[in-house]
Amino acid sequence: MDAPSTSSVLPLDILYCQVCTFPPEYCEFGSSVSKCKTWLEGAHPELYDKYWSEDALAKKIGTLSLEKEKKLEQEGKKKEAKAEAKASAAAKKLKESQVIIKRIERSKRKYVTSVFGLEAFHIDLKKAAKQLAQSLARGASVTLNPQGLEEIVIQGDVGDEVEEMLAKGVGVLKGVPEDNVVQVEEKK
Amino acid sequence: MFKKFTKEDISSQTSIKSSAQRAIRASLLKQCPLLSQPSEEPDTPLLEYIWPKKENITLVKCRDHLSIYALHGEPLWFQHFDGPLFPTLRLVHKYPNLLPHVGIDRGAIKFLLSGASMMCPGLTSPGGFLPLAESLIPEGTVVAIMAEGKEHAAGVGIMKLDSEEVKKVNKGVAVESVTYLGDDLWGMKTI
Repeated sequence: MDAPSTSSVLPLDILYCQVCTFPPEYCEFGSSVSKCKTWLEGAHPELYDKYWSEDALAKKIGTLSLEKEKKLEQEGKKKEAKAEAKASAAAKKLKESQVIIKRIERSKRKYVTSVFGLEAFHIDLKKAAKQLAQSLARGASVTLNPQGLEEIVIQGDVGDEVEEMLAKGVGVLKGVPEDNVVQVEEKK
Repeated sequence: MFKKFTKEDISSQTSIKSSAQRAIRASLLKQCPLLSQPSEEPDTPLLEYIWPKKENITLVKCRDHLSIYALHGEPLWFQHFDGPLFPTLRLVHKYPNLLPHVGIDRGAIKFLLSGASMMCPGLTSPGGFLPLAESLIPEGTVVAIMAEGKEHAAGVGIMKLDSEEVKKVNKGVAVESVTYLGDDLWGMKTI
């Protein structure tokens, strides 16, 4: 390190890519190069020129052989395709996943309602249970079902209320499309 | 260290006693001389600018004896067992001179960003960078890993050999990477 000087040390203001969170000079190693490029071109054209103009491209090859550089580029493209496939698969899965509201008969005229599948929509089950318990004035808890998966069990028959809350997106119960909610009934 | 790291790996978050904080401050100052230099605000050393005296820092304990020190939820330093304190990469980006630098060539960047340790040839090749013999970096020092043609650091690592030995041996691991761009600590902006 340099010999300690007496001048003050100022923090650098660093710009990070909004797409991949890297400093823009490292976007080429991320998994969303083309998206990063369009973002940078729109938001910071001067930086775009600095990193992606012909000059810059020629310069950055530096000490690497051309062959290796090409290989690197190809790998970048492959990585991007992979990341995209992964993202689309995740989106598809999210589209297909369902929230199942089940009315379970405990004894004649007494029911519990179980809500299953909220975690697929990135809802914190514990928080959701607390909110449900509070707004419905009933007991609600996170329990493991026989398959060993977590679900919210609410006392009483409140399927319609829960569905309504999901549709309105009250509190933490956000981001579930209406079509993905189903109500079923289970009898003993 | 942070290749697979999620919020579930965090076991507890506590604010630390002021005596323990003093000890951490002392070891930070010992480790990074830059921290005792004046900062943007007059009459405050850099350490106090980053981490004001009155603010309580949070100790976030994680699996495998990993502890992260965070200020207002933003990780600043982390430590494994009683080892050296590593600054997070975002902090290194802000204050590049916090750590001594080593540089890797362009071919090695992609390996670094997938978490590999840095081998000697990547540092000794024309694209790499090692300090001259007079400013030797001893073994076990925390270093910022810079990359060829880039202005910002790509990772933080710890020297496995001293910098002269790296030149001499030119084989095997030179710098073990601890945190790098795009790992899970990087992805976790706040804890």
